[in-house]
Amino acid sequence: MNDDHGGPAQGAASTGPQGHDISRVLGAEEIRRALTRIAHEILESGHGADDLVLLGIPHRGVPLVRRLAELIARAEGRPDADDPLDLHGALDITMYRDDLRGNPTRAPSPTRIPRGGIDGRTVVLVDDVLFSGRTVRAALDALSAIGRPAAVRLAVLVDRGHRELPIRADHVGKNLPTARTERVHVQLAETDGQDAVDIVRPGTGEGERA
Amino acid sequence: MRHFIAISDLSREDALAVLATAEHMAETQSRSIRKLPTLVGTTVVNLFFEDSTRTRISFEAAAKRLSADVINFSAKGSSLSKGESLKDTALTLQAMGADAVVVRSGSSGAAHLLAHAGWIDQPIINAGDGAHEHPTQAMLDAFTLRRHLRPGDPSADLEGLHVVIVGDILHSRVARSNVLLLTLLGARVTLVAPPALVPVGASSWPCEISYDLDAALATGPDAVMMLRVQHERMVGGGFFPTAGEYSRRYGLSTARAATLPAHTIVMHPGPMNRGLEIAGAVADSPRSVIVEQVASGVFVRMAVLYHLLATDAREAHRDR
Repeated sequence: MNDDHGGPAQGAASTGPQGHDISRVLGAEEIRRALTRIAHEILESGHGADDLVLLGIPHRGVPLVRRLAELIARAEGRPDADDPLDLHGALDITMYRDDLRGNPTRAPSPTRIPRGGIDGRTVVLVDDVLFSGRTVRAALDALSAIGRPAAVRLAVLVDRGHRELPIRADHVGKNLPTARTERVHVQLAETDGQDAVDIVRPGTGEGERA
Repeated sequence: MRHFIAISDLSREDALAVLATAEHMAETQSRSIRKLPTLVGTTVVNLFFEDSTRTRISFEAAAKRLSADVINFSAKGSSLSKGESLKDTALTLQAMGADAVVVRSGSSGAAHLLAHAGWIDQPIINAGDGAHEHPTQAMLDAFTLRRHLRPGDPSADLEGLHVVIVGDILHSRVARSNVLLLTLLGARVTLVAPPALVPVGASSWPCEISYDLDAALATGPDAVMMLRVQHERMVGGGFFPTAGEYSRRYGLSTARAATLPAHTIVMHPGPMNRGLEIAGAVADSPRSVIVEQVASGVFVRMAVLYHLLATDAREAHRDR
Protein backbone atom coordinates (compact mmCIF):
# COMPACT_ATOMS: atom_id res chain seq x y z
CA MET A 1 0.00 0.00 0.00
CA ASN A 2 2.63 2.48 1.03
CA ASP A 3 5.19 3.62 -1.44
CA ASP A 4 7.78 3.26 1.25
CA HIS A 5 7.46 0.92 4.15
CA GLY A 6 8.11 2.44 7.50
CA GLY A 7 9.77 5.53 8.81
CA PRO A 8 8.13 8.93 9.04
CA ALA A 9 9.98 10.56 6.16
CA GLN A 10 8.12 9.02 3.23
CA GLY A 11 8.83 9.90 -0.35
CA ALA A 12 12.51 10.67 -0.02
CA ALA A 13 14.57 10.35 -3.18
CA SER A 14 16.53 7.16 -3.64
CA THR A 15 19.81 8.93 -4.23
CA GLY A 16 20.61 9.55 -0.62
CA PRO A 17 20.16 13.21 0.20
CA GLN A 18 20.56 14.25 3.85
CA GLY A 19 23.12 11.51 4.35
CA HIS A 20 20.76 8.55 3.80
CA ASP A 21 22.60 5.30 3.37
CA ILE A 22 21.06 3.20 0.60
CA SER A 23 21.87 -0.41 -0.12
CA ARG A 24 20.44 -2.52 -2.92
CA VAL A 25 19.00 -5.79 -1.67
CA LEU A 26 17.37 -7.18 -4.80
CA GLY A 27 18.03 -6.36 -8.44
CA ALA A 28 15.83 -7.02 -11.46
CA GLU A 29 17.13 -10.56 -12.00
CA GLU A 30 16.65 -11.53 -8.34
CA ILE A 31 13.12 -10.15 -8.36
CA ARG A 32 12.36 -12.19 -11.48
CA ARG A 33 13.70 -15.36 -9.87
CA ALA A 34 11.82 -14.73 -6.63
CA LEU A 35 8.53 -14.23 -8.46
CA THR A 36 9.09 -17.36 -10.57
CA ARG A 37 9.66 -19.37 -7.42
CA ILE A 38 6.57 -17.90 -5.74
CA ALA A 39 4.48 -18.71 -8.83
CA HIS A 40 5.59 -22.36 -8.66
CA GLU A 41 5.02 -22.50 -4.90
CA ILE A 42 1.48 -21.19 -5.36
CA LEU A 43 0.80 -23.86 -7.98
CA GLU A 44 2.26 -26.64 -5.86
CA SER A 45 0.43 -25.70 -2.67
CA GLY A 46 -2.86 -25.32 -4.52
CA HIS A 47 -2.46 -28.40 -6.76
CA GLY A 48 -2.72 -26.36 -9.94
CA ALA A 49 -4.35 -23.15 -11.07
CA ASP A 50 -7.97 -24.28 -10.82
CA ASP A 51 -10.05 -22.20 -8.42
CA LEU A 52 -7.13 -19.88 -7.88
CA VAL A 53 -7.58 -16.10 -7.62
CA LEU A 54 -4.65 -13.73 -7.23
CA LEU A 55 -5.49 -10.32 -5.77
CA GLY A 56 -2.91 -7.54 -5.67
CA ILE A 57 -3.05 -4.88 -2.97
CA PRO A 58 -2.51 -1.43 -4.54
CA HIS A 59 -0.28 0.02 -5.50
CA ARG A 60 2.68 -2.29 -6.08
CA GLY A 61 0.79 -5.50 -5.40
CA VAL A 62 -1.11 -4.89 -8.64
CA PRO A 63 1.83 -5.14 -11.09
CA LEU A 64 3.25 -8.01 -9.01
CA VAL A 65 0.02 -9.96 -9.31
CA ARG A 66 -0.03 -9.38 -13.06
CA ARG A 67 3.46 -10.85 -13.35
CA LEU A 68 2.58 -13.81 -11.13
CA ALA A 69 -0.55 -14.52 -13.16
CA GLU A 70 1.54 -14.53 -16.35
CA LEU A 71 4.16 -16.86 -14.81
CA ILE A 72 1.45 -19.21 -13.54
CA ALA A 73 -0.35 -19.27 -16.88
CA ARG A 74 2.93 -20.03 -18.64
CA ALA A 75 3.84 -22.79 -16.15
CA GLU A 76 0.42 -24.34 -16.66
CA GLY A 77 0.68 -24.08 -20.43
CA ARG A 78 -2.38 -21.81 -20.55
CA PRO A 79 -1.35 -18.37 -21.71
CA ASP A 80 -3.62 -15.89 -20.04
CA ALA A 81 -3.51 -13.21 -22.71
CA ASP A 82 -7.09 -13.05 -23.93
CA ASP A 83 -8.67 -12.88 -20.49
CA PRO A 84 -6.50 -11.17 -17.93
CA LEU A 85 -9.37 -10.91 -15.44
CA ASP A 86 -9.84 -14.63 -15.12
CA LEU A 87 -7.03 -15.30 -12.67
CA HIS A 88 -6.05 -12.01 -11.12
CA GLY A 89 -7.48 -8.75 -9.84
CA ALA A 90 -6.90 -5.92 -7.41
CA LEU A 91 -8.20 -5.41 -3.89
CA ASP A 92 -8.22 -1.88 -2.53
CA ILE A 93 -8.17 -1.73 1.26
CA THR A 94 -8.29 2.03 1.87
CA MET A 95 -11.77 1.97 3.41
CA TYR A 96 -10.73 -0.82 5.79
CA ARG A 97 -7.58 0.74 7.23
CA ASP A 98 -7.38 1.37 10.97
CA ASP A 99 -4.97 4.29 10.61
CA LEU A 100 -7.05 6.66 8.48
CA ARG A 101 -7.23 9.25 11.22
CA GLY A 102 -4.07 11.25 11.65
CA ASN A 103 -2.91 10.55 8.11
CA PRO A 104 -3.52 12.57 4.97
CA THR A 105 -6.59 11.48 3.04
CA ARG A 106 -5.74 8.52 0.87
CA ALA A 107 -7.17 8.34 -2.61
CA PRO A 108 -8.72 4.90 -3.04
CA SER A 109 -7.74 2.69 -5.98
CA PRO A 110 -10.10 0.52 -7.98
CA THR A 111 -10.96 -2.99 -6.82
CA ARG A 112 -11.28 -5.56 -9.62
CA ILE A 113 -12.52 -9.04 -8.83
CA PRO A 114 -12.21 -11.77 -11.50
CA ARG A 115 -15.52 -12.66 -13.10
CA GLY A 116 -15.73 -16.00 -11.31
CA GLY A 117 -15.82 -14.19 -7.96
CA ILE A 118 -13.98 -15.45 -4.88
CA ASP A 119 -16.59 -17.69 -3.26
CA GLY A 120 -15.20 -21.17 -2.68
CA ARG A 121 -11.91 -20.38 -4.42
CA THR A 122 -8.39 -20.01 -3.04
CA VAL A 123 -7.43 -16.34 -2.86
CA VAL A 124 -3.75 -15.39 -2.82
CA LEU A 125 -3.24 -11.84 -1.58
CA VAL A 126 -0.12 -10.24 -3.06
CA ASP A 127 1.74 -7.20 -1.74
CA ASP A 128 5.25 -5.88 -2.14
CA VAL A 129 6.32 -5.61 1.51
CA LEU A 130 5.01 -7.31 4.64
CA PHE A 131 5.70 -5.09 7.66
CA SER A 132 3.25 -4.53 10.54
CA GLY A 133 0.58 -6.82 9.06
CA ARG A 134 -2.09 -4.12 9.30
CA THR A 135 -2.51 -3.85 5.55
CA VAL A 136 -3.14 -7.60 5.39
CA ARG A 137 -5.66 -7.42 8.23
CA ALA A 138 -7.51 -4.69 6.32
CA ALA A 139 -7.37 -6.84 3.17
CA LEU A 140 -8.91 -9.79 5.04
CA ASP A 141 -11.77 -7.52 6.17
CA ALA A 142 -12.23 -6.21 2.63
CA LEU A 143 -12.35 -9.78 1.31
CA SER A 144 -15.04 -10.81 3.74
CA ALA A 145 -17.29 -8.06 2.38
CA ILE A 146 -16.90 -9.46 -1.13
CA GLY A 147 -17.39 -13.14 -0.49
CA ARG A 148 -16.23 -16.28 1.27
CA PRO A 149 -13.09 -17.84 -0.21
CA ALA A 150 -12.24 -21.47 0.52
CA ALA A 151 -8.82 -20.31 1.73
CA VAL A 152 -6.76 -17.13 1.79
CA ARG A 153 -2.98 -17.16 1.36
CA LEU A 154 -0.43 -14.38 1.37
CA ALA A 155 2.47 -13.82 -1.00
CA VAL A 156 4.92 -10.94 -0.57
CA LEU A 157 8.06 -9.90 -2.37
CA VAL A 158 9.80 -8.83 0.86
CA ASP A 159 9.11 -9.73 4.48
CA ARG A 160 10.87 -7.12 6.61
CA GLY A 161 9.62 -8.30 10.03
CA HIS A 162 8.24 -6.13 12.88
CA ARG A 163 4.76 -7.66 12.83
CA GLU A 164 2.15 -6.00 15.04
CA LEU A 165 -0.50 -8.64 14.39
CA PRO A 166 -0.48 -12.45 14.29
CA ILE A 167 -0.04 -12.65 10.51
CA ARG A 168 2.54 -14.48 8.42
CA ALA A 169 3.15 -14.91 4.71
CA ASP A 170 2.81 -18.25 2.90
CA HIS A 171 5.13 -17.26 0.08
CA VAL A 172 8.04 -14.87 0.56
CA GLY A 173 10.40 -13.59 -2.13
CA LYS A 174 13.05 -12.48 0.35
CA ASN A 175 13.22 -12.32 4.15
CA LEU A 176 14.88 -9.05 5.01
CA PRO A 177 15.91 -8.36 8.60
CA THR A 178 15.55 -4.61 9.14
CA ALA A 179 15.57 -2.04 11.88
CA ARG A 180 12.32 -0.18 12.43
CA THR A 181 13.91 3.10 11.46
CA GLU A 182 15.01 1.75 8.10
CA ARG A 183 12.78 1.99 5.08
CA VAL A 184 12.33 -0.67 2.43
CA HIS A 185 11.99 0.98 -0.95
CA VAL A 186 10.50 -1.27 -3.64
CA GLN A 187 10.60 -0.14 -7.24
CA LEU A 188 8.87 -1.96 -10.09
CA ALA A 189 9.26 -1.33 -13.80
CA GLU A 190 5.50 -0.72 -14.22
CA THR A 191 5.31 1.99 -11.55
CA ASP A 192 8.87 3.25 -11.11
CA GLY A 193 10.73 2.49 -14.34
CA GLN A 194 12.99 -0.21 -12.90
CA ASP A 195 12.94 -3.33 -10.74
CA ALA A 196 14.83 -2.94 -7.47
CA VAL A 197 14.50 -3.30 -3.70
CA ASP A 198 16.60 -0.96 -1.55
CA ILE A 199 17.05 -0.51 2.17
CA VAL A 200 17.32 3.13 3.14
CA ARG A 201 18.98 3.83 6.49
CA PRO A 202 18.35 7.24 7.94
CA GLY A 203 21.43 9.40 8.16
CA THR A 204 22.94 10.52 11.45
CA GLY A 205 20.88 13.04 13.34
CA GLU A 206 17.53 11.34 12.56
CA GLY A 207 17.40 9.64 15.92
CA GLU A 208 18.13 6.02 15.19
CA ARG A 209 17.10 3.93 18.18
CA ALA A 210 16.11 0.51 16.92
CA MET B 1 -10.82 20.41 2.35
CA ARG B 2 -11.90 21.26 5.89
CA HIS B 3 -15.58 21.96 5.19
CA PHE B 4 -17.82 21.39 2.19
CA ILE B 5 -19.75 24.65 1.96
CA ALA B 6 -19.79 25.79 -1.64
CA ILE B 7 -18.56 24.78 -5.06
CA SER B 8 -16.94 28.23 -5.25
CA ASP B 9 -14.47 27.05 -2.56
CA LEU B 10 -13.35 24.05 -4.62
CA SER B 11 -10.47 23.71 -7.03
CA ARG B 12 -10.79 21.53 -10.11
CA GLU B 13 -8.49 19.00 -8.39
CA ASP B 14 -10.69 18.92 -5.26
CA ALA B 15 -13.77 18.27 -7.39
CA LEU B 16 -12.12 15.51 -9.40
CA ALA B 17 -10.77 13.91 -6.21
CA VAL B 18 -14.26 13.74 -4.71
CA LEU B 19 -15.66 12.31 -7.97
CA ALA B 20 -12.90 9.69 -8.08
CA THR B 21 -13.64 8.65 -4.50
CA ALA B 22 -17.34 8.54 -5.35
CA GLU B 23 -16.58 6.06 -8.18
CA HIS B 24 -14.76 3.93 -5.65
CA MET B 25 -17.71 4.15 -3.26
CA ALA B 26 -20.06 3.11 -6.07
CA GLU B 27 -17.93 0.05 -6.70
CA THR B 28 -18.01 -0.95 -3.02
CA GLN B 29 -21.80 -0.65 -3.05
CA SER B 30 -22.11 -3.51 -5.54
CA ARG B 31 -20.53 -5.95 -3.10
CA SER B 32 -22.47 -8.51 -1.11
CA ILE B 33 -21.77 -6.55 2.08
CA ARG B 34 -22.13 -2.85 1.41
CA LYS B 35 -21.20 -1.49 4.80
CA LEU B 36 -17.65 -0.18 5.09
CA PRO B 37 -15.94 0.20 8.49
CA THR B 38 -14.23 3.44 7.46
CA LEU B 39 -15.91 5.93 9.82
CA VAL B 40 -16.72 3.59 12.70
CA GLY B 41 -16.90 5.49 15.99
CA THR B 42 -17.73 8.87 14.46
CA THR B 43 -21.03 10.70 14.78
CA VAL B 44 -22.59 12.67 11.94
CA VAL B 45 -25.41 15.08 12.78
CA ASN B 46 -28.03 15.94 10.19
CA LEU B 47 -29.20 19.43 11.15
CA PHE B 48 -32.20 20.30 9.00
CA PHE B 49 -33.94 23.64 9.41
CA GLU B 50 -35.91 23.04 6.22
CA ASP B 51 -37.98 20.22 4.76
CA SER B 52 -36.04 17.64 2.90
CA THR B 53 -36.62 13.98 2.33
CA ARG B 54 -34.14 12.78 -0.23
CA THR B 55 -31.14 14.87 0.82
CA ARG B 56 -31.50 13.94 4.48
CA ILE B 57 -32.05 10.26 3.75
CA SER B 58 -29.19 10.30 1.26
CA PHE B 59 -26.77 11.76 3.82
CA GLU B 60 -28.07 9.34 6.41
CA ALA B 61 -27.56 6.36 4.09
CA ALA B 62 -24.08 7.60 3.13
CA ALA B 63 -22.98 8.01 6.76
CA LYS B 64 -24.41 4.64 7.75
CA ARG B 65 -22.77 2.79 4.84
CA LEU B 66 -19.47 4.15 6.22
CA SER B 67 -20.39 2.90 9.73
CA ALA B 68 -20.79 6.37 11.26
CA ASP B 69 -23.54 6.95 13.81
CA VAL B 70 -26.22 9.38 12.64
CA ILE B 71 -28.28 11.80 14.69
CA ASN B 72 -31.13 13.55 12.89
CA PHE B 73 -31.92 16.97 14.27
CA SER B 74 -34.93 18.54 12.66
CA ALA B 75 -35.22 22.14 13.78
CA LYS B 76 -38.15 23.02 11.59
CA GLY B 77 -40.84 25.07 13.23
CA SER B 78 -38.54 26.49 15.86
CA SER B 79 -39.82 29.85 17.01
CA LEU B 80 -36.38 31.10 17.92
CA SER B 81 -34.87 33.62 15.59
CA LYS B 82 -32.60 31.81 13.18
CA GLY B 83 -29.31 33.40 14.27
CA GLU B 84 -29.82 32.55 17.93
CA SER B 85 -31.09 29.10 17.27
CA LEU B 86 -28.18 28.31 14.96
CA LYS B 87 -25.65 29.36 17.58
CA ASP B 88 -27.31 27.53 20.44
CA THR B 89 -27.77 24.46 18.32
CA ALA B 90 -24.11 24.56 17.29
CA LEU B 91 -22.96 24.78 20.91
CA THR B 92 -25.24 21.86 21.80
CA LEU B 93 -23.89 19.73 18.97
CA GLN B 94 -20.32 20.58 19.90
CA ALA B 95 -21.01 19.55 23.50
CA MET B 96 -22.60 16.29 22.33
CA GLY B 97 -19.45 15.33 20.48
CA ALA B 98 -20.61 15.48 16.88
CA ASP B 99 -17.75 14.79 14.44
CA ALA B 100 -19.41 16.45 11.46
CA VAL B 101 -22.56 18.48 10.90
CA VAL B 102 -24.65 18.32 7.75
CA VAL B 103 -26.76 21.47 7.64
CA ARG B 104 -29.76 22.45 5.52
CA SER B 105 -31.22 25.89 6.03
CA GLY B 106 -33.52 28.31 4.28
CA SER B 107 -31.03 31.09 4.97
CA SER B 108 -28.23 31.64 2.50
CA GLY B 109 -24.90 31.54 4.31
CA ALA B 110 -26.08 29.38 7.24
CA ALA B 111 -23.48 26.69 6.56
CA HIS B 112 -20.73 29.27 6.17
CA LEU B 113 -21.72 30.92 9.45
CA LEU B 114 -21.74 27.59 11.25
CA ALA B 115 -18.30 26.76 9.87
CA HIS B 116 -16.64 30.07 10.59
CA ALA B 117 -18.38 31.68 13.58
CA GLY B 118 -16.21 29.76 16.06
CA TRP B 119 -19.14 27.99 17.74
CA ILE B 120 -18.15 24.57 16.55
CA ASP B 121 -14.84 22.97 15.52
CA GLN B 122 -16.15 20.16 13.36
CA PRO B 123 -16.35 19.90 9.58
CA ILE B 124 -19.57 21.41 8.20
CA ILE B 125 -21.26 20.07 5.09
CA ASN B 126 -23.74 22.28 3.30
CA ALA B 127 -26.89 20.38 2.35
CA GLY B 128 -28.47 23.48 0.82
CA ASP B 129 -28.55 27.04 2.15
CA GLY B 130 -31.33 29.30 0.92
CA ALA B 131 -30.84 30.29 -2.71
CA HIS B 132 -27.04 30.13 -2.35
CA GLU B 133 -25.57 26.66 -2.95
CA HIS B 134 -26.26 22.95 -2.76
CA PRO B 135 -22.80 21.60 -3.49
CA THR B 136 -23.40 17.86 -2.99
CA GLN B 137 -26.30 18.03 -5.46
CA ALA B 138 -23.98 19.55 -8.07
CA MET B 139 -21.40 16.85 -7.34
CA LEU B 140 -23.94 14.08 -7.85
CA ASP B 141 -25.12 15.71 -11.06
CA ALA B 142 -21.55 15.92 -12.36
CA PHE B 143 -20.99 12.30 -11.29
CA THR B 144 -24.12 11.15 -13.16
CA LEU B 145 -23.25 13.24 -16.24
CA ARG B 146 -19.76 11.79 -16.36
CA ARG B 147 -20.95 8.19 -16.03
CA HIS B 148 -23.28 8.61 -18.99
CA LEU B 149 -21.37 10.92 -21.26
CA ARG B 150 -17.77 9.90 -20.45
CA PRO B 151 -18.39 6.21 -19.73
CA GLY B 152 -15.53 4.07 -18.48
CA ASP B 153 -13.27 6.98 -17.61
CA PRO B 154 -13.30 7.65 -13.87
CA SER B 155 -10.72 10.42 -14.15
CA ALA B 156 -12.40 12.39 -16.96
CA ASP B 157 -13.62 15.95 -16.62
CA LEU B 158 -16.62 17.33 -18.53
CA GLU B 159 -14.65 19.20 -21.22
CA GLY B 160 -16.70 19.72 -24.38
CA LEU B 161 -20.11 18.87 -22.92
CA HIS B 162 -23.07 21.22 -23.19
CA VAL B 163 -25.65 21.20 -20.38
CA VAL B 164 -28.93 23.11 -20.49
CA ILE B 165 -30.50 23.94 -17.11
CA VAL B 166 -34.14 24.94 -17.32
CA GLY B 167 -36.61 26.54 -14.95
CA ASP B 168 -36.72 28.31 -11.64
CA ILE B 169 -33.16 29.65 -11.54
CA LEU B 170 -34.14 32.44 -9.15
CA HIS B 171 -34.91 30.18 -6.21
CA SER B 172 -32.45 27.47 -7.17
CA ARG B 173 -29.29 26.79 -5.24
CA VAL B 174 -28.96 23.69 -7.44
CA ALA B 175 -28.60 25.83 -10.56
CA ARG B 176 -25.90 28.04 -9.07
CA SER B 177 -23.84 25.14 -7.72
CA ASN B 178 -24.18 23.32 -11.03
CA VAL B 179 -23.15 26.32 -13.12
CA LEU B 180 -20.01 26.69 -10.99
CA LEU B 181 -19.11 23.00 -10.87
CA LEU B 182 -19.90 22.02 -14.46
CA THR B 183 -17.95 24.98 -15.85
CA LEU B 184 -15.10 24.26 -13.40
CA LEU B 185 -14.94 20.81 -14.98
CA GLY B 186 -14.94 22.23 -18.51
CA ALA B 187 -18.58 21.95 -19.57
CA ARG B 188 -20.60 24.72 -21.21
CA VAL B 189 -23.83 25.64 -19.43
CA THR B 190 -26.93 27.42 -20.75
CA LEU B 191 -29.61 28.56 -18.32
CA VAL B 192 -33.15 28.80 -19.67
CA ALA B 193 -35.90 30.52 -17.71
CA PRO B 194 -38.61 33.15 -17.94
CA PRO B 195 -37.00 36.54 -17.28
CA ALA B 196 -38.75 36.85 -13.90
CA LEU B 197 -37.08 33.65 -12.70
CA VAL B 198 -33.52 34.71 -13.56
CA PRO B 199 -31.73 36.16 -10.52
CA VAL B 200 -30.23 39.63 -10.62
CA GLY B 201 -26.53 39.28 -11.28
CA ALA B 202 -26.84 35.99 -13.16
CA SER B 203 -25.30 37.73 -16.17
CA SER B 204 -21.96 37.62 -14.34
CA TRP B 205 -22.13 33.81 -13.99
CA PRO B 206 -19.91 31.78 -16.31
CA CYS B 207 -22.82 30.64 -18.52
CA GLU B 208 -25.19 31.73 -21.26
CA ILE B 209 -28.75 32.76 -20.44
CA SER B 210 -31.68 32.18 -22.75
CA TYR B 211 -35.42 32.79 -22.50
CA ASP B 212 -36.26 30.39 -25.32
CA LEU B 213 -36.31 26.68 -24.45
CA ASP B 214 -36.88 25.45 -28.01
CA ALA B 215 -33.87 27.41 -29.28
CA ALA B 216 -31.69 26.01 -26.49
CA LEU B 217 -32.82 22.45 -27.18
CA ALA B 218 -32.20 22.92 -30.91
CA THR B 219 -28.48 23.30 -30.22
CA GLY B 220 -28.43 19.58 -29.36
CA PRO B 221 -27.21 19.66 -25.75
CA ASP B 222 -25.67 16.57 -24.11
CA ALA B 223 -27.88 16.91 -21.05
CA VAL B 224 -31.02 18.79 -20.08
CA MET B 225 -31.56 19.45 -16.40
CA MET B 226 -35.08 20.46 -15.41
CA LEU B 227 -35.50 22.36 -12.14
CA ARG B 228 -38.49 22.19 -9.85
CA VAL B 229 -40.81 25.17 -9.82
CA GLN B 230 -40.53 26.13 -6.17
CA HIS B 231 -44.10 27.16 -5.36
CA GLU B 232 -43.35 27.44 -1.64
CA ARG B 233 -40.85 30.23 -2.32
CA MET B 234 -43.14 32.14 -4.68
CA VAL B 235 -45.22 33.92 -2.08
CA GLY B 236 -46.95 36.86 -3.68
CA GLY B 237 -46.84 35.28 -7.13
CA GLY B 238 -46.27 37.19 -10.31
CA PHE B 239 -43.36 35.10 -11.50
CA PHE B 240 -45.31 33.64 -14.41
CA PRO B 241 -48.96 34.04 -15.45
CA THR B 242 -50.27 30.49 -15.11
CA ALA B 243 -48.93 27.00 -14.57
CA GLY B 244 -50.29 26.10 -18.00
CA GLU B 245 -48.37 28.85 -19.73
CA TYR B 246 -45.18 27.98 -17.84
CA SER B 247 -45.55 24.36 -18.83
CA ARG B 248 -46.17 25.27 -22.50
CA ARG B 249 -43.13 27.54 -22.75
CA TYR B 250 -40.66 26.00 -20.29
CA GLY B 251 -41.85 22.44 -19.64
CA LEU B 252 -40.03 19.44 -21.10
CA SER B 253 -42.92 17.84 -22.96
CA THR B 254 -42.81 14.56 -24.84
CA ALA B 255 -42.74 16.49 -28.13
CA ARG B 256 -39.79 18.65 -27.02
CA ALA B 257 -37.88 15.63 -25.70
CA ALA B 258 -38.35 13.93 -29.08
CA THR B 259 -36.32 16.70 -30.76
CA LEU B 260 -33.24 15.93 -28.64
CA PRO B 261 -30.28 13.91 -29.95
CA ALA B 262 -30.37 10.22 -29.04
CA HIS B 263 -27.52 10.48 -26.52
CA THR B 264 -28.97 13.42 -24.57
CA ILE B 265 -29.87 12.61 -20.98
CA VAL B 266 -32.64 14.25 -18.96
CA MET B 267 -31.99 15.12 -15.31
CA HIS B 268 -34.04 16.51 -12.44
CA PRO B 269 -32.86 17.08 -8.86
CA GLY B 270 -36.30 16.12 -7.51
CA PRO B 271 -38.89 16.27 -6.20
CA MET B 272 -40.62 16.62 -9.57
CA ASN B 273 -43.82 18.44 -10.42
CA ARG B 274 -44.90 15.96 -13.08
CA GLY B 275 -46.86 17.72 -15.78
CA LEU B 276 -45.47 21.15 -14.86
CA GLU B 277 -41.75 21.41 -15.59
CA ILE B 278 -41.45 17.86 -16.93
CA ALA B 279 -43.95 15.50 -18.57
CA GLY B 280 -44.41 12.23 -16.72
CA ALA B 281 -43.60 10.26 -19.88
CA VAL B 282 -40.26 12.07 -20.25
CA ALA B 283 -39.37 11.50 -16.59
CA ASP B 284 -39.98 7.79 -17.11
CA SER B 285 -38.32 7.56 -20.54
CA PRO B 286 -35.06 5.68 -21.16
CA ARG B 287 -33.10 8.94 -21.50
CA SER B 288 -34.12 9.99 -17.99
CA VAL B 289 -31.42 9.42 -15.35
CA ILE B 290 -33.48 10.88 -12.50
CA VAL B 291 -33.58 7.72 -10.40
CA GLU B 292 -29.88 7.15 -10.99
CA GLN B 293 -29.18 10.66 -9.67
CA VAL B 294 -30.58 9.51 -6.33
CA ALA B 295 -28.20 6.54 -6.24
CA SER B 296 -25.28 8.78 -7.26
CA GLY B 297 -26.17 11.07 -4.36
CA VAL B 298 -25.31 8.38 -1.82
CA PHE B 299 -21.94 7.66 -3.48
CA VAL B 300 -21.00 11.33 -3.68
CA ARG B 301 -22.01 12.02 -0.08
CA MET B 302 -20.02 8.99 1.08
CA ALA B 303 -17.05 10.48 -0.77
CA VAL B 304 -17.50 13.90 0.84
CA LEU B 305 -17.81 12.38 4.33
CA TYR B 306 -14.73 10.31 3.64
CA HIS B 307 -12.68 13.30 2.53
CA LEU B 308 -13.70 15.40 5.53
CA LEU B 309 -13.73 12.72 8.24
CA ALA B 310 -11.38 9.88 7.37
CA THR B 311 -8.42 12.06 8.09
CA ASP B 312 -8.44 14.04 11.27
CA ALA B 313 -8.42 17.47 9.71
CA ARG B 314 -8.06 19.23 13.05
CA GLU B 315 -4.83 17.35 13.75
CA ALA B 316 -3.56 18.10 10.28
CA HIS B 317 -4.26 21.80 10.74
CA ARG B 318 -2.60 21.91 14.11
CA ASP B 319 0.56 20.39 12.68
CA ARG B 320 0.97 23.13 10.16
